[in-house]
Amino acid sequence: MATRLPAVDVALVGFGLTGSMLAQELTDAGLKVLALERGGFRDTVPDFAIDHIQDEYRYAVRDDLVEEPERETLTFRNSADQVALPMRHIGSFRPAVGAGGAAVHWNGQTWRFLPTDFRMRSHTLERYGKKFVPEGMTIQDWPVTYEELEAHYDKFEYLCGISGKAGNLGGKIVDGGNPFEGARKRDYPLPPLKRSYATVLFDKAAKEVGLKPFPCPAANTSKPYKNIYGVQMGQCTFCGYCEWFGCGNYSKASPQSTIFPVLLKKTNFELRSHCNVLRVKLDGSGKRATGVTYVDEMGREFEQPAELVILCAYTTHNIHLLLLSGIGKPYQPGKGEGVIGRNYAYQITSSVDVFTDEILNPFMGAGSLGQAVDEFNGDNFDHGPHGFIGGGYIALWTTGGRPILQHYLPQDAPSWGSGWKKAMKENYLKACSIATHGSVMSYRDAWADLDPTYRSSYGDPLLRLTFDFHDNEHRMSSFLTDKAAEIGSAMKPRAMHVKQRKGHYSIVPYQTTHNTGGAIMGSDPKTSALNRYLQSWDVPNVFVMGACAFPQNHGYNPTGTVGALTYWAADAIVNQYLKRPGPLVHA
Amino acid sequence: MERRAFLKTIALVPAVGAAPLRPIANPAAPGPAFFTPQESAFIDAALARLIPNDELGPGAKEAGVAGFISRQLGGPYGRAQTWYMQGPWREGTKEQGYQLKLTPAEFYRSAIEDVDQHCRSAYGGKNFAELDAASQDKVLHGLEKGGIKLARVSAKQFFDMLWHNTREGFLADPMYGGNRDFAGWKLIGFPGPRYNYVAEIEQYGKPYGLPPVGLMGRDPNRRIG
Repeated sequence: MATRLPAVDVALVGFGLTGSMLAQELTDAGLKVLALERGGFRDTVPDFAIDHIQDEYRYAVRDDLVEEPERETLTFRNSADQVALPMRHIGSFRPAVGAGGAAVHWNGQTWRFLPTDFRMRSHTLERYGKKFVPEGMTIQDWPVTYEELEAHYDKFEYLCGISGKAGNLGGKIVDGGNPFEGARKRDYPLPPLKRSYATVLFDKAAKEVGLKPFPCPAANTSKPYKNIYGVQMGQCTFCGYCEWFGCGNYSKASPQSTIFPVLLKKTNFELRSHCNVLRVKLDGSGKRATGVTYVDEMGREFEQPAELVILCAYTTHNIHLLLLSGIGKPYQPGKGEGVIGRNYAYQITSSVDVFTDEILNPFMGAGSLGQAVDEFNGDNFDHGPHGFIGGGYIALWTTGGRPILQHYLPQDAPSWGSGWKKAMKENYLKACSIATHGSVMSYRDAWADLDPTYRSSYGDPLLRLTFDFHDNEHRMSSFLTDKAAEIGSAMKPRAMHVKQRKGHYSIVPYQTTHNTGGAIMGSDPKTSALNRYLQSWDVPNVFVMGACAFPQNHGYNPTGTVGALTYWAADAIVNQYLKRPGPLVHA
Repeated sequence: MERRAFLKTIALVPAVGAAPLRPIANPAAPGPAFFTPQESAFIDAALARLIPNDELGPGAKEAGVAGFISRQLGGPYGRAQTWYMQGPWREGTKEQGYQLKLTPAEFYRSAIEDVDQHCRSAYGGKNFAELDAASQDKVLHGLEKGGIKLARVSAKQFFDMLWHNTREGFLADPMYGGNRDFAGWKLIGFPGPRYNYVAEIEQYGKPYGLPPVGLMGRDPNRRIG
């Protein structure tokens, strides 16, 4: 029997990036906010202190900061004719557990989507015609424009202290920045990071083949920085331990380094950690949430009443909770009906390893220290002759040179023995890798629903993913990889290893933690779970944050857009919803 | 705000909810040694071929990798402590990943027995450890390329797990028991986890001069657990 607790104004499910941002904004608006986090509390000190955090084996190999599938995982299959089986250990993507969420262990690569990305369907039809969209592809327009999000992208960048260089200031193209980006009102808060040697070589090679390289926008501070909430960050030291690690230096943007010092002092905010929300509770009409139920570390069940419930967990967990709670109609691929689980997508990546004759010192790096080209992203090039939709950036990142997972060997190097040893000695300091980061469109046969067989230790059915790469994505990725190889060749390497992404999507090797869709935003409740303010069409006092709202996935890392959408939704809640609780959009 | 004052405000963050500041259990923590003497003989022999001791420096055996793997298998990793281990169990596609009921430790135990059994029948009653180097290499290649079929487990899957764990031990911080005397890091030129390269990052093409350092300092023999 659940113990009923005193009501709060807002219950946030999950205390990662979006939860922390909303907690800060909604407490500022005077609301009483409670965050329920299934993991523990974590802070820069002691959890990420530099006396222990730079431990590749513990954090990057044995996954200390990421979620443990032990109690609750998901099942996976490539297609509907297969039986989905549990993901027994972490692989292709690595969501987090604990305060700060995945914004603790990310690299900090913080992009804006292109203006045309937000008009994906209309733009494609206008430029290429209806026949260009393959059968079964279910791309949609976003219900919000780049121009509407611009101020919110800006606010997120000034929250994080992004280091970068504008390429388009108010419509004016600026040399040295990304000339393809949407117009921004002002430059990034900090100048670009110092460059690694490998990024300098990439820059030179990219220019030689006629491209316009620019420094990647980085949530690693190039200088000391005081952010929009008055929180002070320190200068990045290029220690090379960003991804899979917390930052012990207050240099990588995370809730700990940008929000906690202010938020945790507020008396109208409370965090309860080790509390796993199992359901959003609805009233008899099914159209209003009365709160949530959760289980604490001792296995005790609580009912937490709240006026407003906001799902701020990872993409897959948000979808799972909507399905378990009966909010919105589950997606059925056969009929193409229903919305929860619809348009699940991912990212398609590939790489070209480049072996030089020079010492590159790869261990001096930062998670978003990189140089990129954007000529082949979105619709920045004519897709007509190629016959595929989408694109991606090509970048050389120097995220670090951690020896177990970040060494590169030429294709002809022996896989073990004395030859392997020799190859390791000859290549570790002199190798780098060019990455391609491609979009993945949404499809009728890629979705999430509840598994009929496997259960969590709470007795609930696990989430089931049915997903594979489609021909469109393979052709796009292959095109990007060829372009990356052209840049690689211009670096005049002594050897190069071109690694195309081939075959079926696999849940085994790590690719990216960029799972998208499943509870998408849109203009029509028949084809979307959320309206343009991330509000549930079905239960208007439930909002859902995160990349689960993306109608399809574009050619950039999602966090910049997740941040912008969160501020956009926070603004709508404070300035519209609180004044007139109810649906903000009438379908 | 001065950095010192800032650090002070961080330290003074009030206690929140039911969130005690307690040390996080380390999923990489070494446990008790797992291998039996016969299993150790196999591992020692295999490591000496996978990363041999040669003119470039110590190999995996000399770098303490056998002890590293044995104690990892005796700890949370060997027990699959963080893995989802509920049935039903069935064979999946390779894209669906690991679907065995065996923990990594149990998997090693079955696989080593199977490999020795294979060697005894193919090499006149000799276990893997008793073979000459050329025959050992032949067996390892057979496991890697799938030319050898084992009685109970996938040969390729075992080779991949052994080779992964070998590299981990050779290249992890020496506090876990492998990479003894920074053997792995010295081989490749990794100076260890260091805090600050602001002054060096733009010195393009120049070697970084300082010798390796581990999380427990310059003494390469300090261990955890």
